[in-house]
Amino acid sequence: MSSDAIAIQTAEAAGRPWVETLHEWVTTVDHKRLGIMYILYALFFLLIAGLEATIIRIQLMRPHNDFVSPQVFNRMFTMHGTTMIFFVAMPILFGFANYLVPLMIGARDMAFPRLNAFSFWLTAFGGFLLYFSFLGGNGLYGAGNAPDVGWWAYAPLTSRAFSPGNSSDYWTIALLVSGFGTIATAINIIATVICMRCPGMTLGRMPLFAWLNLIMAGMAILAISPLTAAQVMLAVDRYLDGHFFDTQAGGSATLWMHFFWIFGHPEVYVLVIPAFAFLSEIIPVFSRKPIFGYPVMVGATACIGFVSLSVWAHHMFTIGMNSYANSFFAITTFAVGIPTGIKIFNWLGTMWGGRIQFKTPMLFCIGFLFQFLIAGLTGIMLGTAPFNWQLSGSYFVVAHFHYVIVGGILFALFGAFYYWYPKITGRLFNETLGKLHFWLFLIGFHLTFDLMHIPGLLGMSRRIYTYEPGRGWDRLNLLVTIGAFVQGIAILVFVANLIISYFKGAKAGNDPWDAWTLEWSVSSPPPVYNFGSVPTVASRRPLWDLKHPEDPDSRYE
Amino acid sequence: MASRALGIVAFIVGVLLAAGLCVAKPEGDNPVSSIFDPRSTPADSINRLSHFVLGITGVVFLVVFSLLSYAVVKFRSRRAEAEREPAQVYGSTQIELAWTVIPILIVAVLFAATAQMIHAIQDAPEPAGAIEVTAIGHQFWWEFRYPKLGIVTANELHVPVSDPAHRTPTFLKLLSADTDHSFWVPQLAGKTDLIPNHPNETWLEPHETGLFHGECAQYCGTQHAKMLLRVYVDSPEDFKAWAHMQQQPANRDEKEAAGTHVFESTACLNCHAINGTNGTGRFGPDLTHLMSRRTIAAGAAENTPGNLRLWIQNPDAIKPGSLMPAMKLRDADLDALMLYLETLR
Repeated sequence: MSSDAIAIQTAEAAGRPWVETLHEWVTTVDHKRLGIMYILYALFFLLIAGLEATIIRIQLMRPHNDFVSPQVFNRMFTMHGTTMIFFVAMPILFGFANYLVPLMIGARDMAFPRLNAFSFWLTAFGGFLLYFSFLGGNGLYGAGNAPDVGWWAYAPLTSRAFSPGNSSDYWTIALLVSGFGTIATAINIIATVICMRCPGMTLGRMPLFAWLNLIMAGMAILAISPLTAAQVMLAVDRYLDGHFFDTQAGGSATLWMHFFWIFGHPEVYVLVIPAFAFLSEIIPVFSRKPIFGYPVMVGATACIGFVSLSVWAHHMFTIGMNSYANSFFAITTFAVGIPTGIKIFNWLGTMWGGRIQFKTPMLFCIGFLFQFLIAGLTGIMLGTAPFNWQLSGSYFVVAHFHYVIVGGILFALFGAFYYWYPKITGRLFNETLGKLHFWLFLIGFHLTFDLMHIPGLLGMSRRIYTYEPGRGWDRLNLLVTIGAFVQGIAILVFVANLIISYFKGAKAGNDPWDAWTLEWSVSSPPPVYNFGSVPTVASRRPLWDLKHPEDPDSRYE
Repeated sequence: MASRALGIVAFIVGVLLAAGLCVAKPEGDNPVSSIFDPRSTPADSINRLSHFVLGITGVVFLVVFSLLSYAVVKFRSRRAEAEREPAQVYGSTQIELAWTVIPILIVAVLFAATAQMIHAIQDAPEPAGAIEVTAIGHQFWWEFRYPKLGIVTANELHVPVSDPAHRTPTFLKLLSADTDHSFWVPQLAGKTDLIPNHPNETWLEPHETGLFHGECAQYCGTQHAKMLLRVYVDSPEDFKAWAHMQQQPANRDEKEAAGTHVFESTACLNCHAINGTNGTGRFGPDLTHLMSRRTIAAGAAENTPGNLRLWIQNPDAIKPGSLMPAMKLRDADLDALMLYLETLR
């Protein structure tokens, strides 16, 4: 294989006007630049949605608090949920996929670079459209409102009778637009992985990162399509007097629930499978061992992909399905735990017998393993339909899915940030600040989300803007809020680290972690065309083969 | 480094859980509605199942947590061997088979227990002595109708305690007048949604008298938070007395003619009904026995004359965004109306 990079033709040649640089970024079709734009865009919205979470937590800090009105509170949790899922988690994961998939499979770009740019701008405009509702939600007189129907926007709360004005329409159209962007990106990732692999890289030699993103993209197409269809139907209801979900005209509220959750549950896996992908790259490198059971890891993920398409109604155990339907969705929910468990054990198997280096990326991955274990087990509790009748709609559920998304996905994402930061910027991040970020965030996370389970067990419903004193929820909510502030400080440390290290960090070199996949064979940041000459690989760890010619992987595979 | 880190994590988690359980103690006379403190049949069956599930997940947690902790501590990189790469192991079919088969067995056990409990609760037959109630969710209050007893009330449900020898469970039909709601009283039963065009059913069979708190558990609009729910479980005698009282027509004392006139000649009657007047509105709670309820505005405030007066003049002061309009009555009219309402026992 060859790693002779072509000379870096930096876009930022000295002395060029900033307008030209800006123009280059706006019109770019380079997968790396689009990846970076996805990530920065998502970080921007992470700060906004984090601010919204802070407002929610301040309001709930004590009973009968009047920090914000009920109307504002309802908008905050709607916007927090919608933003975090559609305009933080999805774009940030797509950003990493965009940046890394071509580099890892030895390609010079995505299969459809223009479609790639188009998807990014659709997603970007979707986000800005959602936030424009603050101005335009009631028409264009500067007095607008954000949507307040909750992130799953159950019918008939979204019908014109209960949601006058345009705020719900901004929600609908924003998700419709970004949904098209997501579908296009998913198609692009599939085409790239299937068609653009370098010579020698059979499907069985692809890095797990590429495999898992391939499966994620397949799921994204299957999951986002029904949501997009439902948004069209909702728009028809609101503007053309359709009656799909309009219960006052004989429509069906449960139809919307099915449409939403057949998107909503696979969506969880669309988000968590890329997190699995990060772990499957980071844990082997910092354990100094290849991934344990590569074929089983691929198989288990594909299995998750299939089974998770048949679990959606476990979000709907309380809507009065019959006992057979409830039993069916209970067993499919339990079943999805089996391949997920296999994955956790295989990461454990990877660490077993290794030499684990506790660098910041690895710390976040270990945090993921412990927290995802707990999230999975509370998921089993929620899958037990009768237990779910007590837990559903309470703060226990809120704690559970934040355990998945923050304790799992976000921890893995932070790991990915620290792991690939040197590749993307060419600079090493500050390890001390990284560790500080990890420990602060870990403490804040557990303070907030461990304790948040308990008010749910004591009967506290979610989405309430205030509560009566003396029901055993007061002090717990105060502690949860304090934890949220600790997390906020940790996020600021993270952002500061990103910025400081970009300017002050030591030069990273091509391969700071002594890693094994192709992206580490090129310069940091990689040249525009990625590979001067297209590499040829003979095993799953091409750089291991290069560094250990006496004992290459290709001998065993 | 690693063992210390792990110790810190375990310590934090332990302290947090302990602290959580300590501060969760009840305070005042407002009961804590813990799902692990059931006082009624579906809730206690669920409680038993949840202990079983907690047991299984607890064991899984301990096993995997220990293995992970052991791996993190045992296989940490030591300075002396930092230069050497460890043995490169690619997998093991036997081990991977083991950690596939064991979870499958656990899932089978969990499913058997779950399916049995789903059937026992959902397909329970309604005994002859059951009390039938139709609960209708409104933005943002509860309407309760007892079709067999001819009673209509709001927000505070009264049911009799059930004696195993002579069962009187309560079977509820759940409807919605507008958006989705959910009926949840943790100590009595799990929640079931109230969905327009989609009638649902649930039941409860309390074995202890008392007041149990619940609330709407499905986001239903601006005042979802103050759509609270109280269930009074009465002794059979108390329930009979309560039902008898609720079946009486509204008090119609000539002394309160002025107040009655205010009620009948303003917008009150568009939404509220008082048995025996020309007010038959169903958009808001039935007021025939308003004073027999301890709270107003779906549990948002105590039912005191002061609160009631404030509620009529400025509902937003108690429950901003509720659908009760500010009535803007003249003081004299309000005084008369208050005198009248206070006689509605």
